[in-house]
Amino acid sequence: MSQLVKKMPESSTSLYAAREPIFPRRVSGRFRNLKWVIMVVTLGIYYLTPWIRWDRGPNLPDQAVLVDLAGRRFYFFWIEIWPHEFYFVAGLLIMAGLGLFLFTSALGRVWCGYTCPQTVWTDLFILVERWIEGDRNARVKLHHAGWSVRKTRLRLTKWTVWALIGLGTGGAWVFYFADAPTLFRDLINLEAAPVAYATIAILTATTFVFGGFMREQVCIYMCPWPRIQGAMMDNDTLTVGYRDWRGEPRGKARDANAGDCVDCMACVNVCPMGIDIRDGQQMECITCALCIDACDDVMDKLGRDRGLIDYLALSDAPREEAGEKPRPLWHHVLRRRTVLYTAIWSLVGFAMVYALFMRPEIEMTVAPVRNPTFVTLSDGSIRNAYELRLRNKHGAERMFGIHVNGDAMWVLGLEGSPYSAVPVAANETLKLRVYVTAPVGSVSAQAAETPLRFWVDDLANGERAYKNTIFNGSGS
Amino acid sequence: MVEPRIDELTGRETMGHDFDGIEELNNPMPRWWLISFYLLIIWGIGYTIAYPAWPMISGATKGLLGYSTRGEVAADITAHAAANAELVTALLAQDMDDFDPQSDLHRYAAARGGAVFRAQCSQCHGAGAAGGEGYPNLLDNDWLWGGSLEDVAYSIRHGIRNQTDDDARYSEMPAFKDILEAEQIAAIAAFIPTLPQADWESEAGVLFTDNCASCHGDLGTGDRELGAPNLADALWLYGGDQETLVETITYSRFGVMPAWGQRLSEEDVRAVATYVHALGGGE
Repeated sequence: MSQLVKKMPESSTSLYAAREPIFPRRVSGRFRNLKWVIMVVTLGIYYLTPWIRWDRGPNLPDQAVLVDLAGRRFYFFWIEIWPHEFYFVAGLLIMAGLGLFLFTSALGRVWCGYTCPQTVWTDLFILVERWIEGDRNARVKLHHAGWSVRKTRLRLTKWTVWALIGLGTGGAWVFYFADAPTLFRDLINLEAAPVAYATIAILTATTFVFGGFMREQVCIYMCPWPRIQGAMMDNDTLTVGYRDWRGEPRGKARDANAGDCVDCMACVNVCPMGIDIRDGQQMECITCALCIDACDDVMDKLGRDRGLIDYLALSDAPREEAGEKPRPLWHHVLRRRTVLYTAIWSLVGFAMVYALFMRPEIEMTVAPVRNPTFVTLSDGSIRNAYELRLRNKHGAERMFGIHVNGDAMWVLGLEGSPYSAVPVAANETLKLRVYVTAPVGSVSAQAAETPLRFWVDDLANGERAYKNTIFNGSGS
Repeated sequence: MVEPRIDELTGRETMGHDFDGIEELNNPMPRWWLISFYLLIIWGIGYTIAYPAWPMISGATKGLLGYSTRGEVAADITAHAAANAELVTALLAQDMDDFDPQSDLHRYAAARGGAVFRAQCSQCHGAGAAGGEGYPNLLDNDWLWGGSLEDVAYSIRHGIRNQTDDDARYSEMPAFKDILEAEQIAAIAAFIPTLPQADWESEAGVLFTDNCASCHGDLGTGDRELGAPNLADALWLYGGDQETLVETITYSRFGVMPAWGQRLSEEDVRAVATYVHALGGGE
């Protein structure tokens, strides 16, 4: 036993590695510009959406996008989702999932690289960092410098701006769940619900920590998505890669035997994930394409062809190495897989749009009272009772008329009302007890069961809906 | 047992255990873990002092904060009662013969009454209020003592034929076994289902007029003042077949309902009356 122990190395290496700080350098180019545009658009959508107004009538909220948890309603412009229609949300999630599959199989991790909130906010935080502390070299120097008044001032300024961005992020989130102007006023006057302040505090903290300090670690260690990529991507997927057959061996620009790569490290210095794309596709790469911009910049200066680092597919590598042209773009994007994903995605989308437009503006559920199944009245006629729920999805009160089809002898009665129509308040469900009476000796009174159809119609615009049920007679 | 020593390979202390030559290194729990562990112990002691915790012979220690789950429920009930106080006051002031069925107060009363009904009334009248043999069906439009909201409320408040409330609805049909012969009873029992288009000249018709009409009316349509059932309609409390009718006439019936006014609050009586009245038979 002691023999075995002695064979172990004298000093074992620790499995823990401290984070290597990353100082991405400023870069400009077409992908960087695209990312700026996407950042402005996505942040704009996030911050401005709760403030868009949308008139729905006097008794409904006028906020275009609102998740009303207390009232159990979800408002999205002209669409209003009630709890029993939650399948619309499920459908949206399915579409989001399939959309990710589609884009990842065609273009790799475009979600990660361009639109993921972690990427967008980190980008914004790095921008702030660069404004305050300077570009890569200045930041490296500041990082290694001891604490001085200047460093303290720069750090505090940076953290303050980050915290303000975090506050804005958490602050914008809560506006999706309440009337934005009212909540804003309450927040300022310290009158808002504690849950609003708690939510803002948590999201401010996570934004501050995720965007300022954890950054690429969120993608590498916390996010499950990079692990799922492997199953989504294949050899035909277009993703950020390095044309090693063109670049290797690396060498000075003057060296005639060297490849195109001059080993200037521009691609490494701009990388927010701190990796070297020339090592090949790797799990850490979020395909933000900034290394493409950096390398193109260098190639332009050297007067060489762009695209040493580029969007390329693994399956094209041998072809290109042999000096042939890569297959055209549509070949990579239009594949059986992507077509299938698109087909399923569109199918779900069409089904949802269909369901959305076909869903009635007027809704009714009918629950027959089964205890007892029927009541004999003093004159011998047979009466059935039904619990109706009438749903008015409009912003104004509506009159709903009730009719019944099946046996012409039936007499309809509404509990507590001499009429066959009832007012239903705006955005409400009315529970109503309804009686159907079959006169003594009528067919349905003597039969065991007779099919019955309830009709409900909006007396103002004629919209109608029906539900089928059964009338129980005394027969067996 | 061997003395704890410093392991030369790792530089760590051993625990001093020796199992067939295998020794164990001392790997203490992380300090933050231990600190939180001790803090939790302190917190736990504080908790058992502040809240009910230690079982005693009868009950448990009360805790300094005086908290109890029963107290929490009581506070909940009080809070709900306070929230409903306005509605209860309005219900007590409501004229029961002029109660708007579309009003919010009516909705409140019916909902409250439903809860009372399920707890207090469903044992005899059934969860669906359809009653049973000897227990009136509250869904139909036949009422022995009247079907207006105030009539129903009165029946509930004072009960039927009980000995505890002087204002109880009271009537008693004699047992005809001591008054009529068995054949005469059988004849009346055969006569009753033919009402109201009956042969009043027949022997049974004369017997009915002489013995039954004083309470059940000349045409057998009953009398609500006396709680005498309508014998001419399609509904029977105990059954309308010959055998049951003979039994009813021979021995009489004596259905009893407690005076709920003595057990329920007036607002609950009014609420349950509202609920029953809105089940489809209310007049």
